[in-house]
Amino acid sequence: MDSTTVFLDAFLNRAVIDKYLPDILWGMIITVEVALAVVATGIALGLLLAAVRSFRVRPVNVLIVLFVDVLRALPPLVLILIIYFGLPSVGIRLSGFAVLWLVLSLVLAAFAEEIFWSGILSIRKGQWEAARSTGLTFLQTLTHVILPQAVRMTVPPLTNRTIAITKNTALGAVIGVPEILMQAQTAQSFSGNATPLLLGALAYIVLFVPVVVLGRWLETRFAWGRA
Amino acid sequence: MPESVAILEVTGLRKSFGTLEVLRGIDLTVRAQELVFVIGPSGSGKSTLLRCCNRLEEPNEGSIRVDGVELLDPKTDINAMRQRIGMVFQSFNLYPHMTVLANVTLALRKALGKGREEARAIGEAALARVDLADKSSAYPAQLSGGQQQRVAIARAMALEPKIMLFDEPTSSLDPELVGSVLAVMRELRQDGMTMVVVSHEMRFARDAADRVVFMDAGQIVEQGPPDRIFGAPQHARTQSFLADFAA
Ligand SMILES: Nc1ncnc2c1ncn2[C@@H]1O[C@H](COP(=O)(O)OP(=O)(O)OP(=O)(O)O)[C@@H](O)[C@H]1O
Ligand SMILES: [Mg+2]
Repeated sequence: MDSTTVFLDAFLNRAVIDKYLPDILWGMIITVEVALAVVATGIALGLLLAAVRSFRVRPVNVLIVLFVDVLRALPPLVLILIIYFGLPSVGIRLSGFAVLWLVLSLVLAAFAEEIFWSGILSIRKGQWEAARSTGLTFLQTLTHVILPQAVRMTVPPLTNRTIAITKNTALGAVIGVPEILMQAQTAQSFSGNATPLLLGALAYIVLFVPVVVLGRWLETRFAWGRA
Repeated sequence: MPESVAILEVTGLRKSFGTLEVLRGIDLTVRAQELVFVIGPSGSGKSTLLRCCNRLEEPNEGSIRVDGVELLDPKTDINAMRQRIGMVFQSFNLYPHMTVLANVTLALRKALGKGREEARAIGEAALARVDLADKSSAYPAQLSGGQQQRVAIARAMALEPKIMLFDEPTSSLDPELVGSVLAVMRELRQDGMTMVVVSHEMRFARDAADRVVFMDAGQIVEQGPPDRIFGAPQHARTQSFLADFAA
């Protein structure tokens, strides 16, 4: 066997592909499900926290900043392990899926809050004053005048951060969530062949390259908002 | 000008920022349909005075009655009062993410609770009054500074305020655009709007104002009809301010 054949046999083994491709595809579906759930709750919670923070109630904001700093500081894997293996000992049992979704949502929420908050701060004071001077309430001003502008400005950094965090769905492999990496690892150990890992890598590329491209497009599309 | 009802009555108004006392006992009454012009050196407290009059700044002491309602009473619904007090800023402060019409109708819809169609009709009428009927679907960034400021005036006017406060409405405009904004203000005045204008447009003050108020260091130094303030100022500080200005 020449080296090309050895390589193909190790990484693109036809029989292994046929056998395990359905598992990898199934893993893709799980990954997409977790990722979508994380993006939806993470960004919504981040926006909510930033909005609450803009009311500038001292004790509330101290808590928000504490939450944000702790979640940004901790590696997500540490949190996942603590919650998955720790909570059952106090009687709370969550599925791997739930833990992965919860932790990544909270982490994304923390980063998103910071991004939205700096967006809110970057809106000139005159926008608040103009709106308030027409009799709009604080909340109406926030929702109709400030947030639409702030959110637009935060699209590029938020997209990048969201991609970085949703890739962490691979951490689900550690707690038995049957997403791409878990499927690939399992298949690799059953087949004794690295092909499933390569398929897993391809699956991530298929899923995330379009998102990265979309992120770059959004970045140019919304770049004017930062001027 | 017949003695008409007072729309704005400021008494004993004091305002400090930290240890800096910016307004040191202001008394000022503005009657219905009056155009009062406020002039004075930079830092004399002109903007702060206007901003207190719709509580964008919280005064420390004194009383501000608008249309008979005490603004500083904690029981006063400040949002309802602000609908009756139009404010126009030096920097326009239009909402950049909304069309011109949406800028004008936002408060009509959200603060006054008017329906979409009614708000649109009022908004379009207000835009027509500032001669921008054809710009209702444009975005602020597509307009000249003068047009933007006229939209800002329409936004305030659309709420049918009892009084309008202008803080240097033409100061950030190129000279050739100033005229169109002053023309709109002149029309407002002819339609009987009560107005307080902080501005350096002395020519406009001379032929449009009923009264000119000269402020210095947080106090009203003197006030009177434009002829007298510009022609025969009584106070030395007024004289030197106007002399600096003419120079
Ligand atoms: N938010 C603030 N915090 C601290 N100081 C302030 C604030 N706003 C205004 N001041 C100070 O109050 C004083 C009066 O300011 P104000 O803007 O009312 O003056 P003005 O007469 O409008 O001046 P100008 O002609 O330059 O606009 C100035 O010394 C200014 O620095
Ligand atoms: Mg000023």
